[in-house]
Amino acid sequence: MKLFDFFRRKKNIPEGLWTKCPSCKELLYTPDLKDNFWVCPECGYHFRIDAKTRVDITLDPENRKPLFGEIKPTDPLMFEDLKPYTKRLEEAKNKSKVDEAILFYKGEIYKRLVVVGVMDFNFIGGSMGSVVGERFFRACRYCAQKELPLIVFTASGGARMQESILSLMQMAKTSLAVGFLREKGIPYITVLTDPTMGGVSASFAFLGDIIVAEPGARIGFAGARVIEQTIKQKLPKGFQTAEFLLEKGLIDNVIHRKDLKNFLKDMVDMLFYKAKEWNLDRLNATP
Amino acid sequence: MELKKLEKFVDEIKEKIRRLKEQYYAGKTEVESELRKVQKELKTKVKEFFKDLTPWDRVQLARHPKRPHTKDYIERIFNNFQELHGDRFCGDDPSIVAGIGYFYGKPVAVIGHEKGRDTKERMKRNFGMPNPEGYKKANRVMKLAEKFRFPVVTFVDTPGAFPGIEAEEHNQSKAIADSIYTMAYLKVPTVSVIIGEGGSGGALALAVADRVFMLQNSVYSVISPEGCAAILWKDQKAVEKAAEALKLTAQDLLQLGVIDGIIPEPYGAAHIDPLSTARVVKYCLRKTLNELTKRDISSLLEERIQKYSSMGVFEIAPTIEKYD
Repeated sequence: MKLFDFFRRKKNIPEGLWTKCPSCKELLYTPDLKDNFWVCPECGYHFRIDAKTRVDITLDPENRKPLFGEIKPTDPLMFEDLKPYTKRLEEAKNKSKVDEAILFYKGEIYKRLVVVGVMDFNFIGGSMGSVVGERFFRACRYCAQKELPLIVFTASGGARMQESILSLMQMAKTSLAVGFLREKGIPYITVLTDPTMGGVSASFAFLGDIIVAEPGARIGFAGARVIEQTIKQKLPKGFQTAEFLLEKGLIDNVIHRKDLKNFLKDMVDMLFYKAKEWNLDRLNATP
Repeated sequence: MELKKLEKFVDEIKEKIRRLKEQYYAGKTEVESELRKVQKELKTKVKEFFKDLTPWDRVQLARHPKRPHTKDYIERIFNNFQELHGDRFCGDDPSIVAGIGYFYGKPVAVIGHEKGRDTKERMKRNFGMPNPEGYKKANRVMKLAEKFRFPVVTFVDTPGAFPGIEAEEHNQSKAIADSIYTMAYLKVPTVSVIIGEGGSGGALALAVADRVFMLQNSVYSVISPEGCAAILWKDQKAVEKAAEALKLTAQDLLQLGVIDGIIPEPYGAAHIDPLSTARVVKYCLRKTLNELTKRDISSLLEERIQKYSSMGVFEIAPTIEKYD
């Protein structure tokens, strides 16, 4: 969770008509880039996208409904570093246009009803505090109750330091919440996007039944800088990228952003909606 | 007075007490009054020294090289401890010790981070920073206890899970997530004692339990004060401020409802008198296990789930929306 190296590296969606690809340095026409799911047509670099954009490219436009927006952040420890936490929250809200680092929607993927959780890296590095934990917890409980598949897109630097130990406890809370889904045989799919590190990676991100990642996404427990400082070695090229994890056998697949919606449709069908057609006894699986 | 000076003083006085005791047992009963006096002096001096500790002081004590570690507690609390090695797949991680021992005649699974005593052992045990293999071993032993129906006791003492190349290649994240999950749903009573450093996810992976205790001078936080100072204050020298802000002491965590109790350290710090510290820990474990093992396991599990479900502080905005 010493992983907030990402804070200072800004790869947000830039304004303006032309966008430079940070990978191949090609100048790209922004509306084209947008049509291409914010993937560089030249080199396939996947830009980081915000939560709302993610929802737009994942869910069908009709029948979307936000969930658990009533859960709002507060400052339980009256934490103050160079700035008070309350001020950071305010700034994050203004900057990112979302009210916390995770949003949930009930909606449809090609007409299949699902609940989708989307993290937003622009909100204090997508860090997990009490609100992320509670919204995720409620989503699991809701999906278990309503028997709806849950899909979560992760993007996080780790735990939220300003909530200190309470943020650490969210790792326990979110992990146990996954048990509600397992108990009912409800599929839980995680899509790891750039970056997925620390406390989020080491809790609900890696507890998915199916775990896939976007190309080039940085995924791991410890931040690269921390590892380098600890072992005093240069890290191998491509270390902690989605492709690296795939090679090591840690994730199911790496899926291009334009294919993701289709993939999710298939998975939701195969694990759930179509699986039911076999009419096999639903195992009372231990969580 | 510095800690080093105090330790020297304590060593001297302890030596004096030892000699007086020898004389006493040899029949020189007239030294009794002096013995009492010296013991009292030790107690007041030490208590005075440890009276007003800042959070940063406690971090120092929690990391003190002489502080008793997991193996010291195992030796002093459990009988016939049989260590079980390896994750059954690719390795044995010496930074986590796991096994089964007798506790008042009944078996208990004991698992804990071990930092090691001397330099050589510290290297071997990777300074108590586990790799994924360590968590997998811990989980395997927890499941053994679940299968054969005996309680699990864990000792937490780690700067954090190891940040290394192989650790990532072998999926540190998944190992920790699985360990948290296993502990959340383990169908036997569980007790965790944070004996030194509770460093982030690497600590939590062994600290999801029915009852979590902290020794008086142990610390438990989401990030080290050094890391926090570097990231949030952008200044390595802000460690004391960071330690303060993180609310990492046992007293803070008890108030926040994250832990269930504080175990006092006799003489103000565990390493001043490891033996009596172990005795207090043993007493606490006995009391807790007696209580937990009398309970119905499903109600215990429900209580554990409830406890971790209610962690976190947030606001609920008034809403008329009903989710259907």
